[in-house]
Amino acid sequence: MEKRFAGRSAAPGLALGALFPIANGTGTRVASGAAESEAEALRSALSAALSDLSALIERSTEDAAAILEFQVALLEDDVLAEPAHAAIAAGSAADQAWLQALQQEIAGYETSDDEYFRARAADLYDIRDRVLAHLTGSATETAVPAGAIVAAVDLAPSRFLAIDWSRGGALVLTAGSTTSHVAMLARSRGIPAIVGLGVDVDELSGLALVDAHRGVLIVNPGPAARVQFERDAETAATARTLATAAAMKPAVTADGTTIRIVLNIADPRELSDLDPAICDGIGLVRTEFLFHNQQGLPDEEQQYSTYRRIVEWAHDRPVTIRTLDAGGDKPIPGLTPTGESNPFLGVRGLRLSLAQPDVFRTQLRALARAAMHGNVKIMLPMVTHPRELAIARSMLDAEIAALTAAGIPARRASLGIMIEVPAAAIAADQFDAEFFSIGSNDLTQYVAAAGRDIGAVADLADPTQPAMLRLLRYVVNAARAQHIDVSLCGDAGGDARAIPLLLGAGLRTLSMAPALVGNAKLAIAAVDLRSVMESEPWPT
Amino acid sequence: MTTSRYDPVPKHNAMHTGSALLTNDVGLHARPSVKLTQLAKRFGAHIEFARATTGPWVDAKSPVKVMRFKATKGETLHFRARGSDAAEALAAIVSLVERGFATEPERTSQLPQG
Repeated sequence: MEKRFAGRSAAPGLALGALFPIANGTGTRVASGAAESEAEALRSALSAALSDLSALIERSTEDAAAILEFQVALLEDDVLAEPAHAAIAAGSAADQAWLQALQQEIAGYETSDDEYFRARAADLYDIRDRVLAHLTGSATETAVPAGAIVAAVDLAPSRFLAIDWSRGGALVLTAGSTTSHVAMLARSRGIPAIVGLGVDVDELSGLALVDAHRGVLIVNPGPAARVQFERDAETAATARTLATAAAMKPAVTADGTTIRIVLNIADPRELSDLDPAICDGIGLVRTEFLFHNQQGLPDEEQQYSTYRRIVEWAHDRPVTIRTLDAGGDKPIPGLTPTGESNPFLGVRGLRLSLAQPDVFRTQLRALARAAMHGNVKIMLPMVTHPRELAIARSMLDAEIAALTAAGIPARRASLGIMIEVPAAAIAADQFDAEFFSIGSNDLTQYVAAAGRDIGAVADLADPTQPAMLRLLRYVVNAARAQHIDVSLCGDAGGDARAIPLLLGAGLRTLSMAPALVGNAKLAIAAVDLRSVMESEPWPT
Repeated sequence: MTTSRYDPVPKHNAMHTGSALLTNDVGLHARPSVKLTQLAKRFGAHIEFARATTGPWVDAKSPVKVMRFKATKGETLHFRARGSDAAEALAAIVSLVERGFATEPERTSQLPQG
């Protein structure tokens, strides 16, 4: 019996395959009740966690491996699990005993006066969760068959990345959001994804068709749906062949104007199979992944080695790294404020960084050190007032001076701002920034007072409406007057329908998810700037 | 009798002691702790360290305990070792600490110690 479910498209594409439902988050574990089998469960979870780590070390760079070797040393030390084994002997279940023992250990790190020791709590959290995942049986990512349609309530980014997508497949979430981290990863990898299906995961089994262009999931499709799918798939395959070929070529309009194409990256692992030749650099590295993957904050070394890897991937191409943009729809437990009546108008982006100067300084130091290895540009999110930029600049300069004084190589990367708050767009000429990057997603929703995630007003959140085109033209002109670069890094940048209008507004650099580059270059080739109406400047 | 004529007491009872100043910036942090425990484990001797010669003593072969100890830059660590290779163990460990745990890639530009 064919069943249709409608959700929202989080990443376009088509897929046909078997549904593979996976449990969400940490599963629950049924305790055996016998101390000896609980102790055995803990021992085998510890040894499974150790073999995970050994496998990870094999594929890691030297810097990352050193961090993991520390975790191995702790895990190999029987002292770590001693309190847990004592609790098990006294009748505790293995997972509860482990959780409590590690909480105790973590508290010891977190209460240290020394920031180096406090920062190591992140490794303890990582160890705790890795062992816990084996105890609760939720560490089964490898069991997802290649090409499957993964069904879940929501999915953690690390679990998405652990799945083998090399043979296609799709992601269907019964909850979730189109702006979530996992949705961004799906778009960037070209994995079709639908969110907000609003059904029970238990209903999702059997063969299914995913039409993530329309946001439709068809379970047990009938003959008519299959025929339609074959036709859609053929059209899509032709388009994909064209796009793949186009991706490797420069982006040039019909009249011969070269457009610079840069990438949006949410996780450095996205770069592993990517040829840098498809782009002119990276226009946006979202650094939130560093702060989400583990429950502690990343230290300077971790950040530095991650940024350095990205910069080295790009060779000499510019890499724009955005400082932490938490808050709004991207909360980080323990860092972002809770209970704000409207988080989108609250302490987020640079506002949060200025409120948490220690966290910000650590990131600035790591960025200045990574700048030694390539062309790093530091980008500040959610800038509203010119004085915020001035404060951030003086903090960056102070950290570079401190690093230099300590004999640690660092370089003053150029410092620019996101234009995503209307105040910054309207007064763009007042900002002494070294570059602008227009964040069209937030700018659109703040200009239109309409959230993209609210279905009833989503049409109003159109990045190409008259008010937006006028603002874009104004910001482009302000950048030209200051002789600085300006680019656009919202979803509109990779949207074939929006591209002619963005070029008409004067933009010549677009930043987008890697999977969209081919189509965007095709769309650019079809634009003749001699016949595109330039959008009107601000009326005077 | 198994004692050598150069040792006035049986080897398994011989207690060797030494001390070293922590000079590296981060103290007995993650990587130094791993290096210290890895080195200690190469010896059969029982090796402990403390902030004072009166203890409390910490097992130098347990990374978990070494990290719990939280030694920072500028502290003096007192070591004691007992066992047949205690003297070599102690010399190696004191040297490791005095060298600032040797190769710290990002901090090579600092002035040599001592």
